[in-house]
Amino acid sequence: MKTDKKEKKEWIVKLLLIGISILFLAVMLILPLFVVITEALKKGWEFYISAITDEYTVKALILTIQATVIAVFFNTIFGLCAAWALTRFHYRGKKILTTLIDIPVTVSPIIAGLIYILVFGKQSALYPLLQQLGVKIVFAVPGIILATIFVTFPFVSRELIPVLEAVGTDEEEAAALMGAKGMTIFWKITFPHIKWAFLYGVVLCTARAMGEFGAVSVLSGHLRGKTNTLPLHVEILFNEFQYVSAFAVSSILVILAIVLLVIRSIVEYRGKKET
Amino acid sequence: MAVCSIKYMINRALSEVFSSLVNRTSLKCETIGTFIYGDACSSRHVGLEREEYRMKKNKKQVIPGLTLTMGVTIAMLSIVVLIPLASLAVYSSKLGIREFFEVITRERVLSSFYVSFITAFVASIVNAIMGIILAWVLVRYDFPGKRIMDGMIELPFALPTAVAGIALTSLTSDTGLVGRFFGQFGIKIAYTRIGITIALIFIGIPFVVRAVQPVLEKLDSSYEEAAMVLGAKPAVIFRRVIFPELMPALFTGTGLAFGRCLGEYGSVVFIAGNKPYYTEITPLIIMSELQEYDYASATSIALVMLFVSFLILFAVNTLQAHNSKRIRGGNSR
Repeated sequence: MKTDKKEKKEWIVKLLLIGISILFLAVMLILPLFVVITEALKKGWEFYISAITDEYTVKALILTIQATVIAVFFNTIFGLCAAWALTRFHYRGKKILTTLIDIPVTVSPIIAGLIYILVFGKQSALYPLLQQLGVKIVFAVPGIILATIFVTFPFVSRELIPVLEAVGTDEEEAAALMGAKGMTIFWKITFPHIKWAFLYGVVLCTARAMGEFGAVSVLSGHLRGKTNTLPLHVEILFNEFQYVSAFAVSSILVILAIVLLVIRSIVEYRGKKET
Repeated sequence: MAVCSIKYMINRALSEVFSSLVNRTSLKCETIGTFIYGDACSSRHVGLEREEYRMKKNKKQVIPGLTLTMGVTIAMLSIVVLIPLASLAVYSSKLGIREFFEVITRERVLSSFYVSFITAFVASIVNAIMGIILAWVLVRYDFPGKRIMDGMIELPFALPTAVAGIALTSLTSDTGLVGRFFGQFGIKIAYTRIGITIALIFIGIPFVVRAVQPVLEKLDSSYEEAAMVLGAKPAVIFRRVIFPELMPALFTGTGLAFGRCLGEYGSVVFIAGNKPYYTEITPLIIMSELQEYDYASATSIALVMLFVSFLILFAVNTLQAHNSKRIRGGNSR
């Protein structure tokens, strides 16, 4: 009798907690997505198609893809090197280095934009030199790419470091003692261990790079068709009260985000299954 | 570290004394060691430690690639992070101290600090509570759709903040689905501080869930079982047995979320309405100073924000180090 009552009570708690969670996620996460889709299709399919094939939208999409690919490329190389340097050797100051790499996550994106303006902008000591070389960074595409790299800087390395630390260095040491070259060691021994963590980091990095708004907004200068990324284009449309177009453009980003999340889940699942 | 090396030195000195003692009194030095210092510092252990220490010191690094990877790491770190941050320091050193204080004590700036802090704080508390519930549900219960729910947690992370911003705004404005509902009770969400808090809850939730979840997964259930056998009620078990174990992870996650919320711009800028003194957050002030090319003011305010976020980073890192030490069993080596 007593256990019956207890079990019933546990059931109620379980249902209550699951209910709260589902309600919270439905209101906070699903409803906004739902709004994006319904608002985007408010004026029908034809308007939707014309909004997302608009000249400026396509140009913004291309710039977004460009910035994302370049940023992910650099951060992947950095992530691999940093993870290798931080887990495969012993030296002093490792902790400081780790902290320094983590800085970009805690810095507000607006400040990220500001520091690049201070380095490359008009009041900087570098500015005359840059002008002589004919390089434009602030309010141009290179600035956008730099800001994107900054914001997603530690994403790959942060996923790799714990995995590499857990694996340990014995296998690599053995391979090195038997005369294997660096690249061979990496591809044959290290990479199979970090494969899934690596993919996971790249996916996260891509997702964040694609959607970065604050830092890019500071550095872009908002030139339509030139330095406008997709999130910035959404802002412009929204502020011009073209709500349906703004949501139509947003829907592209939503679809990309969901695709990346699905890939992320698959990667995580496969990774867990293998270990 | 320091404590450990001191301990090592003391042990070494003691073991020498003991071994000379052994020669004279034929007492087993181990027994004395155990007798005085407990198991952990027995003299056999001391010898082992010394051996290990020597090995570690003389260990040659056979794995190749240090120069290359270190070179790339340092170079990119300098170009992307260090030089720009240094330029912030250089630029701010040109500002006078009086100017700096004049800028950051402007009433509008001070009230933006207050708005940023209070909304991030409330959002973090909500996230801490919801984060624990979500992590608990995801780890302890089985129900259909759980994996989809688990995957969804990271949506705020993957969804561009601007998209989240306009979606939440249109949802909570007077004509939106949620806004209309709360409008009946006279509660406005969009363009108020409540709206900012909602956006920040959206942004912060994955940080807390993803910090608590792994700890909850690894939690040893034997303590809970013991408590249950001893007759503790579920609420007591949670409060006295489970919650203390989750505390450090919860603090870490909430701290990270709080830091992120303080600097958040994209999702807040739409829903806030940006009324000075009321819904103007600090990143927005920096943005408007930048648009007026007032770099000195922007830098001053940014410095305050940077200081606070470094403080949070430091606190979180200290906690994490303490935490992982505890998980590994208290041996700091």
